[in-house]
Amino acid sequence: MSGPSDFQPTNPALKWIERRLPIMGLMHSSFVAYPTPRNLNYWWTFGAILSLMLGVQILTGVILAMHYTPHADLAFKSVELIVRDVNYGWLLRNVHACGASMFFFAVYIHMFRGLYYGSYKEPREVLWILGVIIYLLMMATGFMGYVLPWGQMSFWGATVITNLFSAVPYFGESIVTLLWGGYSVGNPTLNRFFSLHYLLPFVIAGVVVLHIWALHVAGQNNPAGVEAKTEKDTVAFTPYATIKDMFGVSCFLLFFAWFIFYMPNYLGDPENYIPANPAVTPPHIVPEWYYLPFYAILRSIPNKLAGVVAMFGAIIILAFLPWLDSAKTRSSKYRPLAKQFFWMFVVVCIGLGYLGAQPPEGIYVIVGRILTFLYFAYFLILLPLLSRIETPRPVPNSIADDVLAKSGGKAAPMVSTVIALMVAGGLLLGGADSARAAEGASKPPAQKWSFSGPFGKFDRGALQRGLKVYKEVCASCHGLSFVAFRNLAESGGPGYSVAQAAAFASEYKVKDGPNDQGEMFERPGRPADYFPSPFPNEQAARVANGGAFPPDLSLITKARSYGRGFPQFLIDFFTQYQEQGPDYVAALLQGYEDKPPAGFNLPAGSYFNNYFPGHAIKMPKPLNDGQVTYDDGSPATVAQYAKDVTTFLMWTAEPHMEARKALGLQVFVFLILLTVLLYFTKKKVWANAH
Amino acid sequence: MHACEPIAGLRSYGKGANRTILDCLFRRIGEGKSGFSAAAGAAGAGSLFRIALFGASGAVPLAADKKGLGIVTTASSADHPTRRDFLYVATGAVAAVGAAATVWPLVSQMNPDASTIAAGAPIEVDLTPIAEGQDIKVFWRGKPIYISHRTKKQIEAAQNVQVSSLPDPQPDSARVKAGHDQWLVVVGICTHLGCIPIAHEGAYDGFFCPCHGSVYDTSGRIRQGPAPTNLPVPPYTFVSDTKIQIG
Repeated sequence: MSGPSDFQPTNPALKWIERRLPIMGLMHSSFVAYPTPRNLNYWWTFGAILSLMLGVQILTGVILAMHYTPHADLAFKSVELIVRDVNYGWLLRNVHACGASMFFFAVYIHMFRGLYYGSYKEPREVLWILGVIIYLLMMATGFMGYVLPWGQMSFWGATVITNLFSAVPYFGESIVTLLWGGYSVGNPTLNRFFSLHYLLPFVIAGVVVLHIWALHVAGQNNPAGVEAKTEKDTVAFTPYATIKDMFGVSCFLLFFAWFIFYMPNYLGDPENYIPANPAVTPPHIVPEWYYLPFYAILRSIPNKLAGVVAMFGAIIILAFLPWLDSAKTRSSKYRPLAKQFFWMFVVVCIGLGYLGAQPPEGIYVIVGRILTFLYFAYFLILLPLLSRIETPRPVPNSIADDVLAKSGGKAAPMVSTVIALMVAGGLLLGGADSARAAEGASKPPAQKWSFSGPFGKFDRGALQRGLKVYKEVCASCHGLSFVAFRNLAESGGPGYSVAQAAAFASEYKVKDGPNDQGEMFERPGRPADYFPSPFPNEQAARVANGGAFPPDLSLITKARSYGRGFPQFLIDFFTQYQEQGPDYVAALLQGYEDKPPAGFNLPAGSYFNNYFPGHAIKMPKPLNDGQVTYDDGSPATVAQYAKDVTTFLMWTAEPHMEARKALGLQVFVFLILLTVLLYFTKKKVWANAH
Repeated sequence: MHACEPIAGLRSYGKGANRTILDCLFRRIGEGKSGFSAAAGAAGAGSLFRIALFGASGAVPLAADKKGLGIVTTASSADHPTRRDFLYVATGAVAAVGAAATVWPLVSQMNPDASTIAAGAPIEVDLTPIAEGQDIKVFWRGKPIYISHRTKKQIEAAQNVQVSSLPDPQPDSARVKAGHDQWLVVVGICTHLGCIPIAHEGAYDGFFCPCHGSVYDTSGRIRQGPAPTNLPVPPYTFVSDTKIQIG
């Protein structure tokens, strides 16, 4: 369809180039003159959205790699330094991390769209298979990227996923060792994953070029599923498709920005704010939401090898779709049965996603097996059968006819499917949420925090009082190793002056050296120093604390969470509630009971806490009324201490939170304006095309 | 295209030829052709602004097009500014602002981060261990700083030079702190191409850069070789007679 272009530049310099390298002609025929069916709906803008997302991921990824250190001892810290110290580092990291989710979100819509409208059918088989290859590459890239922050989920995700290959008969163990570069997941693994995570996006970009090439040979499919025959069936790619895509992209960016600026951790796992620890597996290993359906398939099958085969088979089977579904009618619009089964299949996939996040026990296993069977049955039994028995409705003669026929406007079904998809997607996310539902602990009460919501700001007084509580109480056991004294004087923080921060720092003794005599020495702290940790190493901390290791508190409010349950987590998405961590910390500090309830067997050296998972906590009740003297007249009560120190710890976990929300507001105002303008521009441009 | 003549008053993007192209472009779309012409192709992959402008062209109705009123520049629309023109310009302008604003954080992140800046804070150096005729090298902001305890002979050599004869004329008194003539503090980075000169080397008993043969005297001033200027003196003050603060 995009034959040799008749494009000829008139500028002599461009002419000179064009004769030697007809690149402008290529661009012109591919992205300007290229005829696109005039009946494409907005599901088709996801191709453009995906191109954008690939670009965004590569760009932010290359930038993050400038600051990231791929070493097992330094990776976690370097990610935190990116977020805390690099100019706009928090923004770049949020864009990249949420961008991965957005990329998968868009690719799933793109795939379901292809499935619904039969975009894999003759002559687009190769186009479809290239798409499946891109999807596989995306999964590999996403997985390896998730390993790089080297948190608990990174480490254990890497362990579980690489162990999948141990199911291979005879060579399994050798393959796994090859992937690890050692006897276990460790520094060599992290290094090679970083290298491959950098490489694969460019491989994806290469396959995307092939994908688009194949698309431009076969031409785009369209909702009617009939090929474009005459000029009346098509419009030029530019301006018609470009402006429509730009409007679609702009809407998508609004959705994306909601995550970046207001819900950056909504899709992440709090466990990943705990540095990787090869000695402790998190209670629930849950992959990122976009792998959940396949994870559920893996777990449904009680045999190791069969489970792995089924999981990979669930993806590979997509490549055979053009031959499994041999129906002549492309679009499910004209296939009454296929249409219904398609939606059932969507529900099955979402159901699998939900189950992937549940603990593998009881009813979840049984339902998981049923849904796994239905997943494969759709491809292996239903589609081949339907293509033989189904009587399709007549398709329109041409795309032009299709456009004329629906001038009445069929917006309603679109809206309902969008709503259905959003609810279903929410359910999927909720699955991940409920997986971390606290076991054996009360739900912390949701508190009012000054920093919650889109306009939330830290209460300076609470930050200053919280710092005092930390210094006088918590600091005797807990470190704050990602916070430097200079941070106390930064905007969005406790509001101290540079001189005050320097004076505060000088009260601490910091180890430095070696000096000219080759000895380590102590000197007063400087603003550039970090809060010194109370114990020289983990072993010393454990010895001093009855075997327990008091965690570093820098990230504690992001590393702790609790399940909000259905439908609260859905409401949270819209109200931007993400204070589970602070709720938990504040509740824990106040949740001590002098005597455990009757029948509870409290181990020696432990204390009963209502909110600690399992109730038996090694930390004695840390706060008592009147323990810390406040200078500003605030009540010296445990409740007040807990609230203040939690506010302070929220700030230490995200020192740039105020900047994030402030920039978010500006971005939203801008994007809404741009989207409205693009909407009207699109309407004007299309005015003479309908 | 035959009828594509330049339109008076149209602000062109570049050469005169483009005017014709733009005109052709609008005309062809007006006629419902799917093909576009030169300028659109050249700029198609360019900025959003451009695309938005071309997007504009698609909707130009025939009647307006014949008079060339559909063209999106202010100049062309001066006689009959339409709401459509305003919309296209506004959309393109907003998109351009967005694109420009997006570039800012992507570039800004390459500047030194907060921890690097904090680590570049002033440092204090105790001068007591440095004997006369000795020098030490300390690091400040990743740069080697030479602190030389000059001998009488070296001080005299530095002071008794005809300043105007130097490639980068500067008296010794401008390079040391008054009353502390014996202490020379210079950034030990050759002003030629950044190598580290060796102290107590070269014809002037100052510094000699082994990379390209620049020779500095006992005041750190360039005397021979390709380096254009004297070794810079970092900002420093005497906290006491035996202690300096660099930075």
